[in-house]
Amino acid sequence: MDTLLNSPMIKKMSSLHVVIAILFISTLYVTVCNLFFAEGSALHVSDYTVSLLGKYLCYALLALAVDLVWGYCGILSLGHGAFFALGGYAMGMYLMRQIGDRGVYGNPELPDFMVFLNWTEIPWYWAGSDNALVMILLVFAGPGLLAYIFGTLAFRSRVSGVYLSIMTQAMTYALLLSFFRNEMGFGGNNGLTDFKELFGFSLQSPTTKLALFVATAVVLAIGYGISHFIVNSKMGRVVTAIRDSESRVRFVGYKPEHYKVWIFVVSAMLAGVAGALYVPQVGIINPGEFSPLNSIEIVIWVAIGGRGTLYGALVGAIVVSYAKTRFTAIMPEAWLFGLGGLFVLVTLLLPKGLAGLVTNLMDKLDPPSQGKQSDIENTPPVAENK
Amino acid sequence: MIVNKHGSPLYSTENLNPDTRHGMILYVEDVSVSFDGFKALNDLNLYIGDGELRCLIGANGAGKTTLMDVITGKTRPDTGKVSFGQQIDLLELDESEIARAGIGRKFQKPTVFEALTVFENLELSLSGDKGILTSLFHKLSGEQKNKIDEVLETIGLIAERYYPAGRLSHGQKQWLEIGMLLAAEPRLLLVDEPVTGMTTQETERTAELLTSLAGKHSVVVVEHDMAFVRSIARKVTVLHQGTVLAEGSMDEVQANKQVREVYLGEEQD
Repeated sequence: MDTLLNSPMIKKMSSLHVVIAILFISTLYVTVCNLFFAEGSALHVSDYTVSLLGKYLCYALLALAVDLVWGYCGILSLGHGAFFALGGYAMGMYLMRQIGDRGVYGNPELPDFMVFLNWTEIPWYWAGSDNALVMILLVFAGPGLLAYIFGTLAFRSRVSGVYLSIMTQAMTYALLLSFFRNEMGFGGNNGLTDFKELFGFSLQSPTTKLALFVATAVVLAIGYGISHFIVNSKMGRVVTAIRDSESRVRFVGYKPEHYKVWIFVVSAMLAGVAGALYVPQVGIINPGEFSPLNSIEIVIWVAIGGRGTLYGALVGAIVVSYAKTRFTAIMPEAWLFGLGGLFVLVTLLLPKGLAGLVTNLMDKLDPPSQGKQSDIENTPPVAENK
Repeated sequence: MIVNKHGSPLYSTENLNPDTRHGMILYVEDVSVSFDGFKALNDLNLYIGDGELRCLIGANGAGKTTLMDVITGKTRPDTGKVSFGQQIDLLELDESEIARAGIGRKFQKPTVFEALTVFENLELSLSGDKGILTSLFHKLSGEQKNKIDEVLETIGLIAERYYPAGRLSHGQKQWLEIGMLLAAEPRLLLVDEPVTGMTTQETERTAELLTSLAGKHSVVVVEHDMAFVRSIARKVTVLHQGTVLAEGSMDEVQANKQVREVYLGEEQD
């Protein structure tokens, strides 16, 4: 009985439960303090903070997506910002159409930037963008399709390692350049902005902002649950095996390229959803989101948080983003040095990231002994007969 | 869902069974491979009988590993035919399809999945559907658990079942890799230098294991350790410069003049 309570099943489940519980409690806390404590009260959480936290949660979801491919499958994607931005653009298109005739030019059909470019009708690929269902579909399909095409081409040809990373950088850079062009029909370098409402709720209203924050927390929890399920399934073990020895996986009879494409697509979709939740909260999407630097920053979040743990990605994204907010307010020009320094420090002192600290601590409380079942996290639930 | 003969990405349903009515499990005929003008294999012919235990010996560069690579789909030959049973043309399949058809391979350097436990290594190696959806919702059946337990017993790693494979000793990794082959229940096992880095006792146990496998499986062993080869082999094939130099029992081969010149002579100095 004692071994059952200590069994890895319980331990394994707990990381999921702890994350969901923390997410739930903090969301509840923020909501209550925002709604029921007046400004000036020590417990009050301002609308600004709510928006900021909502943004952090989007980043956390994005980091989760990167951890799935990098931490578990060893695919170092330096282009995940592209999937995030595509999801954001899908949402942005919908929000643009919601503006209706309230734009600067008052054109009920065309978004402002199209009027400005003297376009007379909406381009074919904007068809249906005023439909919420189409938007939701696009949030998944856009990033998913790009990831599928890119992944199929790259993984079939057995491109991996640093070459793959460079290709992902090139991919996001190519998208950056093309979205900068006015002819693309996505607002050129200004991107899409001046949004009014989402599903009929004003984006300026504090309640909508709070609702968006809560929605992001819920989606993050769902995304975490899905990722947790994947990495703890046999699928997750195949993916980990691919990370460690791809050719061996092939000789065991699996097709690594199929698995890699699949996990890459799932990850891209998660990133797309993060982007779609991000855009209404910040009020703008522009080609800057495709910047290769953004994608590198995501990887740094995951590295600092600790890759291959899922929760490490969340911690890394939130801690680093918070540090960025504080730092850039004090000394904007020093931020990149701060980020670089943080990265170097973590790599040198905490090779397993902040999550490694947690595991070390747990090992100290419950020192591992060889062969003990609770020793290893991903142990399959098999009854010990001995 | 489209299912072609190579299996769809989500499910892989093909079930290839080698036709061994003529008593042969592997046909390698007139196979040549060259790398930048160097002929690694030169019109090589090799036939492995169903249930046979065969040892391949030969000096470095004789083409042993290249031959393994050709059989398992890692290297495509320039010319020649390789078939599994009579009807399965291995040159049409890729590595994972060849593995699923029933050819298992153990590498020279032990390659196990270091981050996974011993148990999980075996779990992934079990025969069965290797498609994505199946893996995502896979639950081990009682039968499969028994199979894993049985393999753990055979390779003597029961106490280490929850160790990450990366923590095992070199010899244990060799055993785990053999166990992964057993879990896959292949018809043909290709075993590259299984006793490198093993202690004398471990070597003896490996010899016992491989001998016991023959009959139910066909086994091809590449090995440098002549004492080991003598202890298991009924039939030995000597490779030299990419072609078969001699074939027969250990005594016949050792008596062969050419073999003494090119291989055993050097080895016994």
